[in-house]
Amino acid sequence: MSSITEPRQTWKLAAGLLVVFYALVTLLPLLWIISTGFKTPSDSIAYPPKILFEPTFEGYVNLFTTQTRQSEEFLANNPPTNWYEQLVHDKGMVIAGPSRYGERFFNSLIIGFGSTFLSVFLGTLAAYAFSRYRVPLKDDLLFFILSTRMMPPIAVAIPIFLMFRSLGLSDTHAGMILLYTAVNLSLAVWLLKGFIDEIPLEYEEAALIDGYTRFQAFRKVVLPQATTGIASTAIFCLIFSWNEYAFAVLLTSGSAQTAPPFIPTIIGVGGQDWPAVAAGATLFLVPVMVFTILLRKHLLRGITFGAVRK
Amino acid sequence: MSSSPVDSVTKVMPQRFNRRLRGLSDRAIAWIFIAPTILLLLAINIFPLIWTIRLSFTNYRSNRPNADIEFIGLRNYERILTDSDIWQTMQATAHFLCWTLMLQVVIGFALAWLINSRFRGSNFWTTIIVLPMMLSPAVVGNFWTFLYQPQIGLFNYIIAFLTGTDPSSFTMIGDVDLAPWAIIIVDTWMWTPFVMLICLAGLRAIPDYIYEAAECDRASKWRQFWTITIPMVLPFLMLAVLFRGIENFKMFDLVVLLTGGGPGSTTELTSINLKREAFEKWRTGYASAYAVILFVTIFGLASIYVKALNQVKDR
Repeated sequence: MSSITEPRQTWKLAAGLLVVFYALVTLLPLLWIISTGFKTPSDSIAYPPKILFEPTFEGYVNLFTTQTRQSEEFLANNPPTNWYEQLVHDKGMVIAGPSRYGERFFNSLIIGFGSTFLSVFLGTLAAYAFSRYRVPLKDDLLFFILSTRMMPPIAVAIPIFLMFRSLGLSDTHAGMILLYTAVNLSLAVWLLKGFIDEIPLEYEEAALIDGYTRFQAFRKVVLPQATTGIASTAIFCLIFSWNEYAFAVLLTSGSAQTAPPFIPTIIGVGGQDWPAVAAGATLFLVPVMVFTILLRKHLLRGITFGAVRK
Repeated sequence: MSSSPVDSVTKVMPQRFNRRLRGLSDRAIAWIFIAPTILLLLAINIFPLIWTIRLSFTNYRSNRPNADIEFIGLRNYERILTDSDIWQTMQATAHFLCWTLMLQVVIGFALAWLINSRFRGSNFWTTIIVLPMMLSPAVVGNFWTFLYQPQIGLFNYIIAFLTGTDPSSFTMIGDVDLAPWAIIIVDTWMWTPFVMLICLAGLRAIPDYIYEAAECDRASKWRQFWTITIPMVLPFLMLAVLFRGIENFKMFDLVVLLTGGGPGSTTELTSINLKREAFEKWRTGYASAYAVILFVTIFGLASIYVKALNQVKDR
């Protein structure tokens, strides 16, 4: 290019500064969530907002336990045996038992991993068939699979609510896993088809000449080649099930409720206990942040259903 | 459509290989591979859809499962389309859609354009910017209500600090005029990176030689921007708008936790309104008709849009 190097350098610097400024602003709410988790309730609602504070695990202890107030005498007779009992003891309370957060988090894990496994398993098979065989009405079928994503979740939730009620699937892990699998399948099929399309056909042809059956060729040649694609598809499915709220709030109430509908309901004495909410949110969000960083190369593909591949 | 895909899959032909095969035939493999996906989608998407359509002609209420179901024809549709509340909801949705799309396109494109200068560390900062998009809208939306608190909220504090007003003088989610903006701000914060990533892909797909040719022709930077950069990125930008448009038309989780549709019904988007009809008032038949109308609207708008998108692409 004919342009002189100097303005390019200043332009780069200016662009860099603007982007860094935006990134820092956009990061602020997330940093605020993480830091609020380590504040005391009074620090969390201080004015002006506290940037420097003495960190405490009170929010995390409140998140995982239920507590009751006790008399001075009772507190004196039952000295705390470890650091978190001490923390609660100092407020004149004792731990009454575990809170529901652990259960809800565990439900999120079961439903997330269960539906991810199923949708990636089914998705890989379907994507392979769509990629390698001449399926009649292929484009229509693929579009049909995609169009299931256009429905507002609430619109599908009405009949699914009725269906689950009559099948005894409401508020069960199995019901939620099936539902999330169906929602994730469209993404899984589209993404995986893209990844499998990219594997050269020659490898399979060679394997077939060597006497492999079609199925063996799929298992021993295609699958290993598609590992990266399958892994990133799995992470996308996992993140979707992990974050999903609409179905979870409508179809689960107790035993199979996941964390997203639960976290906003964490309530302390006199209003929302923001440090506990923030602690719950931190534990819930940080894994996704880590996965996002791991996924950064395939991010674009995942969010556009494989339409943009970079 | 229910049985034809499965039938047709059995007629599958091998693509390139006419070699002697052992084990299962190609046709059987394709059938076995595709059938479970199609069956599951039929069971959990199409069957409910048909059920919704059927319910939409009735006065069924799911909190009274034993009451007689009466077919009332198109009366539900008639009632919805003449209901002024629903039109107000549609207006709120349109306001939300227009502003979020506009802000996200402008900011997202600008960011992508800046990042495309490839300054040192641009990849790292891109990853940072992308983070909000991947997080749970429910959990994040809930936390934003804390940021929006008058006086103690970080958002109010910063705005007050920058403008010199009193941080307790305004409340973003309790005020009729400000609440629609409160949801637009959070949605823009969350989803601008989405538009940015797609624009970035578009910018990176423009080959350098086009700019070099323009330089030879002495085209100014300004002219290059409007005659090369913008037209080449446009298909990508339109794709981003399609995805965001569909998603924001369906918007539920973020807004329900931020404002719950309030104050009054100023931020009651269609999905929230629908949820209220279906799961709070339990007017199942009515809500089903509403759902059908929404689905047809999304599908119709999306198909028209995709046609336009393809025209831009082919140009």
